[in-house]
Amino acid sequence: MSKEQQDAILVTSHLGIDFGGLTAVDEFNISIAPDEIKGLIGPNGAGKTTIFNLLTKVYQPSRGRILLDGKDTRSMSPVQVNHAGIARTFQNIRLFDKLTVEENVRIGLHAHVKYGMFSGIFRLPAFWKEEKRAHERTLELLDIFGMADMAGVRADSLPYGAQRRLEIVRALATEPKLLLLDEPAAGMNPSETEELMKNIRKIRDEFKIAVMLIEHDMNLVMGICENIVVVNFGKIIAEGTPTEIQNNPQVIEAYLGGRKEEN
Amino acid sequence: MKLKKHTKISFLNYGIVILFFIVVQILASGGMLTNSLRGQLIPILSYVIMALALNLVVGISGELSLGHAGFMSVGAFSGVVVSMSLAGSIPDPTLRLFCAILVGALFAGIAGVLIGIPVLRLNGDYLAIVTLAFGEIIKNVLNCLYVGVDGSGLHMSFKDTASLGLAADGKVLINGPMGATGVTKISTFMGGTILLIIVLVIIQNLVNSRTGLAIMAIRDNRIAAEASGVPVTRHKMIAFVTSAAIAGAAGALYALNYSTIAPKKFDFNTSILILVFVVLGGIGNMTGSIIAAALLTILPELLRKFADYRMLIYAIVLILVMIAGNNPRIRSFLDGIGKKAKKEGAGNE
Ligand SMILES: Nc1ncnc2c1ncn2[C@@H]1O[C@H](COP(=O)(O)OP(=O)(O)OP(=O)(O)O)[C@@H](O)[C@H]1O
Ligand SMILES: [Mg+2]
Repeated sequence: MSKEQQDAILVTSHLGIDFGGLTAVDEFNISIAPDEIKGLIGPNGAGKTTIFNLLTKVYQPSRGRILLDGKDTRSMSPVQVNHAGIARTFQNIRLFDKLTVEENVRIGLHAHVKYGMFSGIFRLPAFWKEEKRAHERTLELLDIFGMADMAGVRADSLPYGAQRRLEIVRALATEPKLLLLDEPAAGMNPSETEELMKNIRKIRDEFKIAVMLIEHDMNLVMGICENIVVVNFGKIIAEGTPTEIQNNPQVIEAYLGGRKEEN
Repeated sequence: MKLKKHTKISFLNYGIVILFFIVVQILASGGMLTNSLRGQLIPILSYVIMALALNLVVGISGELSLGHAGFMSVGAFSGVVVSMSLAGSIPDPTLRLFCAILVGALFAGIAGVLIGIPVLRLNGDYLAIVTLAFGEIIKNVLNCLYVGVDGSGLHMSFKDTASLGLAADGKVLINGPMGATGVTKISTFMGGTILLIIVLVIIQNLVNSRTGLAIMAIRDNRIAAEASGVPVTRHKMIAFVTSAAIAGAAGALYALNYSTIAPKKFDFNTSILILVFVVLGGIGNMTGSIIAAALLTILPELLRKFADYRMLIYAIVLILVMIAGNNPRIRSFLDGIGKKAKKEGAGNE
């Protein structure tokens, strides 16, 4: 193992999954540094979301290995992977619709609020103390995106952009070491996207965590990612800094190949 | 001080129960309580508790149970055995009722654990079919269960009373399909009301805590709940076993209100009846469960003549509610009313 891999928060080797006859991901090898912002890009259907589902164990890999902070996640459940340090958002937003904004974040805090079922039922001192702390922490987290004043609003009544931001806050509440964002800017207008870029950087700097994001908005990807991985048909076709990626002929081929022919 | 919405609802529910208690006391002291109504008091409380218990599973946890009468039955018969066999050692009926309810809840809770462990780790609607089977199995087992007590302790058999081998001073407590006979009625309206309040405290405080939030998160979006670090099986178990134990407590309260109680009282129809209370009162709505269970238990008594048609009326009402609930136009109309009410409520705060 190289020095770089030893320091990495996440290392995958020969990772892959098949769905029936379809190989959705194959030979996926990456390593993410503890304070890195990494981009994962590729055409539609390339396998990006599937990679997130493998890392979070929504899918069990068909082959290969995932090392999270040096620990093999082979036998971990999605819940254990979260406790071990990976949090994520979803391409098709998955909020708890009928619950409030605050309650959504509180669910992210679940593992970090220290009182048991009986303290809850009998309203023991631990309940009051921890509920107060959780409430304050929730407002602090919501404040990253200036959403503290929406704490009491039902999640499904939020505008689209705010729902995406709430998903990020909920993920952060679990205190991850690695944050996976699946198309965080989808459906946002340019000024919202601009704001989001600043906030992703702020989150990395303040929380000192690694971020990997899938995004189709190239301005965002090129603007904040230090390194970019490009996948096509489930395989890595290029890896490097934004400048390297922009000038990589294979990437241009994968992305623009079709369009060139049209022109 | 500004109270949170769910705190208000909790206090509303305690208020309703206390008000009911006071009204009954006033009616009783004024001699206005008819005998038939007096006889309905404990069943009302028992069914309200059953509806609350089932709503914890159906409304809060989002799972379907079609055999809650089975847990009620387990609580009822274990409660009766406890009460009858302790008659000598604990003469105080209140204390004996307390013990019977506690043991009833414990046994029903154990039944809940036994069902929950294999079923709740699966994803899908398996609980409905397994609880349905459980209800039937429990009924059939109790139909051939014989329990007796004598100086040497409890005796049990699945054949007949003769094979219990009771001593001369022995007494048969549970007599197969005849059920428990010669039960000393020790359930009181006061005791039942206190049990209902305790059940409300447990359910409402559980729901409005970190644990309840986790249970609802799993109901609303299991994948997101897991990704947020919420263990799924553990929280489904908490909701289901708590519900089963409460149903057992309700069963003990119910059974100790009668001198005779047969296993067939707790059949599939009873399970569905309780589900009807929950659906009519509003899934996840505890206030609704209290009111629906109370009204629908009193109603047939008040309209004695129509009692024969009770199940028919229930079926029709249930179908109508389902149709109304699934029709998008009626839905949006009801939602509109809800939103309007909410806005007005918000304005008043
Ligand atoms: N559960 C599944 N069963 C079968 N096939 C699947 C499953 N999940 C993903 N796939 C297939 O794997 C491939 C990759 O899908 P994936 O969703 O990962 O693409 P993506 O890169 O995220 O695309 P997009 O940019 O559109 O979100 C697709 O061909 C998809 O149909
Ligand atoms: Mg995708």
